[in-house]
Amino acid sequence: MAIATEVEVGRIVGRPLARKEDTKLLTGQATFVDDISLPGMVWLSVIRSPYAHARIRSVDVSGALAHRGVVIAYSGADLAEDWQTSLPCAWLPTEDTNQPNHRPLAVDKARYVGDGVALVVAESRAAAQDAAELVVVDYEPLPAVVDPEAALADGAPLVHDEFGTNRCYTWPLVGGDVEVAFAAAAVVVEERYRQQRLIPNAIEPRGVVVQPLPATGEFTMWSSTQIPHIARVTLSMMLGIPEAKLRVVAPDVGGGFGSKLNVYAEEALALAVAHRLGRPVKWIEGRSEGYTATTHGRDQIQEIALAATSEGKITAVRASITAGFGAYLQLVTAGTPLLGAWLYGGSYDIGAYEFTCTGVFTNTTPTDAYRGAGRPEATYAIERAIDALARKLGKDPLEIRRLNFIKEFPATIASGLEIDSGDYEAHLDAALELLGYNEVSRERAERRERGDSKQLGIGFSTYVEMCGLAPSRILGAIRYGAGGWDAATIRFLPTGTVQALIGTSPHGQGHVTTFSQIVAERLGIAYEDVEVLHGDTAVSPLGMDTYGSRSLTVGGVAAYHAADRIVEKARTIAAHQLGVAEDELEFEGGEFRARDGDGSLGIKEVALAAWTAHNLPDGMEPGLEATYVYDPPNFSWPSGTH
Amino acid sequence: MNRVSITVNGVDHELGLEPRELLVYVLREQLGLTGANVGCDTSSCGACTVLIDGESVKSCTVLGVQADGAKITTIEGLSGNGSLHPVQQAFADNHGLQCGYCTPGFVMAAVSLLAETPSPSEKEIRHGLEGNLCRCTGYHNIVRAVQAAADT
Repeated sequence: MAIATEVEVGRIVGRPLARKEDTKLLTGQATFVDDISLPGMVWLSVIRSPYAHARIRSVDVSGALAHRGVVIAYSGADLAEDWQTSLPCAWLPTEDTNQPNHRPLAVDKARYVGDGVALVVAESRAAAQDAAELVVVDYEPLPAVVDPEAALADGAPLVHDEFGTNRCYTWPLVGGDVEVAFAAAAVVVEERYRQQRLIPNAIEPRGVVVQPLPATGEFTMWSSTQIPHIARVTLSMMLGIPEAKLRVVAPDVGGGFGSKLNVYAEEALALAVAHRLGRPVKWIEGRSEGYTATTHGRDQIQEIALAATSEGKITAVRASITAGFGAYLQLVTAGTPLLGAWLYGGSYDIGAYEFTCTGVFTNTTPTDAYRGAGRPEATYAIERAIDALARKLGKDPLEIRRLNFIKEFPATIASGLEIDSGDYEAHLDAALELLGYNEVSRERAERRERGDSKQLGIGFSTYVEMCGLAPSRILGAIRYGAGGWDAATIRFLPTGTVQALIGTSPHGQGHVTTFSQIVAERLGIAYEDVEVLHGDTAVSPLGMDTYGSRSLTVGGVAAYHAADRIVEKARTIAAHQLGVAEDELEFEGGEFRARDGDGSLGIKEVALAAWTAHNLPDGMEPGLEATYVYDPPNFSWPSGTH
Repeated sequence: MNRVSITVNGVDHELGLEPRELLVYVLREQLGLTGANVGCDTSSCGACTVLIDGESVKSCTVLGVQADGAKITTIEGLSGNGSLHPVQQAFADNHGLQCGYCTPGFVMAAVSLLAETPSPSEKEIRHGLEGNLCRCTGYHNIVRAVQAAADT
């Protein structure tokens, strides 16, 4: 079986090139948030609860205020009127989802270790940290619940009294008749798995710098974030700042892994303090602080059942998830487990499908997106369950997989989505070939036979994920608060270099390199002639940012089409100047050439002509610039074998 | 305030430092050399690695006053005249970085490793760099980069 599939190699796309990002990162010339210092800047430090659950009886900031270098200190109550809305949650999956009011500093109760209860602002990093230790908070510790199942039990301590329950929502999905399939099944396996909570740990801690301009009411916020555009929309609403007066910049960002796909308390606090003081404000997270103040991942209890024939053909999958959300709903806390909701059937043609997710509040740091967000959890469950089915039937787990693979595409899967393409046997075969499966199997058998002290095991995971988030209509149908499109603007400058303004926001992925390749390829110009600008709402105001494997498959397609719009307009100008019909012109390698050999014009010459505007077709707008906003018709469906 | 004399990237500095100031903040905030990054505050990640008298040191673990009289090299001082140091070039050639936050520390640690062990085995490279953490690359390409730099 052939391993490689054909990849179209272009003049620039598909070829190995030096990354444009590397030199500045290798020489210390990158700009991360903590590298930014502004005249008059003050430092912000947050005082956090050491209790998982406690009533805040009082907050005394007088000791901090008396400390040298301290400018101001606030309790949660002091700032309670600064917020027009809760910290944002963009995804309330059901009409009856319980959404607590999430203030950047807690007022009445601390609900997890790390919950902010007060802040100190000082003239230096050291003074802010020292003074934070002088804030006296009188806590009354309360019973806490940290396990999602325990939180659902009768009599469990309530994280939010007003709901009368720790249940956030229950969200069901049904495709086909699961009851009938289970009743008729020759074999049923029932498994229970724990997806442990984890800490994402990007190597760059979070940080934020806000510069206010009191005279005009403008604010610039630099944040170590994956989502400058979403942060601007939500923080402008939360702070009551007109969106057009809030500029958010994600400068160089040192990794995110989903943990920076969020709008955080400290961003709101820095804006509020900058507004009150009229001075630039900086907050940089400490690593230990980040362990409780930055969102966690996973925390699920998964129950999965498979119904199958005696040959091992799966006839139904039933999955029931209890998802620990922590104490509050951050940006996509409530939706994260649902990103796997359609995928508990894995790469298999499973007949009938039923999925239920119950989200639960606990006295812990909120969970949210982390690498794959919901989808790896689904893969983990179905892949372990497949192995359990193989064991129960005494069959080879590879044969069970092959028997059940989806083989015809496009495929409408039991959960209701359509997978456009795939070849799951091909990548399984490729993995076996790479591994040297026959030799490894032989070694495994030999070690078993001789009772070797070191035994060998072979495990497989085949997967398919819904990525390229996402078709806006589907996002609307599942009650997500925004669209899934992305945008690119390409602008020829008069001397022939090009700006590509993109709406995605890289933090290690190398978008500057990749988008340069796409744009240069389509425009027929040099890779070096393209400058990719990103992560700044003043430069590229349209964008939906970077998460969910969406940047290339959504943003990259927007750049592709924007470049085609440039070529389209350039063709009209070239035809006009060469005195030929547009369809008489070929475009290759950056040149418009008349098919009859009668003249040619380079796209850079056209760009200059578009700028001088001395000789354009009647009524044509000068300049050579185009924007494309791309809304994907479907998810992308990457698959593979590990 | 303590008077401290240090030479950083060949430039002499006379500084007045509080006893508790960490070297990494002296470099970053007093001298404006922001290449050494702070990733953990706790000597775990190595993003702040610089050379003190030629040896790699985590600058978040050294007090500024301890560096009195020392010659310090930061990532900014590694290469002159606009070209890359062979270790920097090898990281670029072998895709040994993604987000780049840990990279200055890795490069400085690798420079120190190669000064001590000019032709390290893969095992020696992995051992020599175990004080530096990277969340993006999975380390394989970093090891390849150091091997390539050793071969140049």
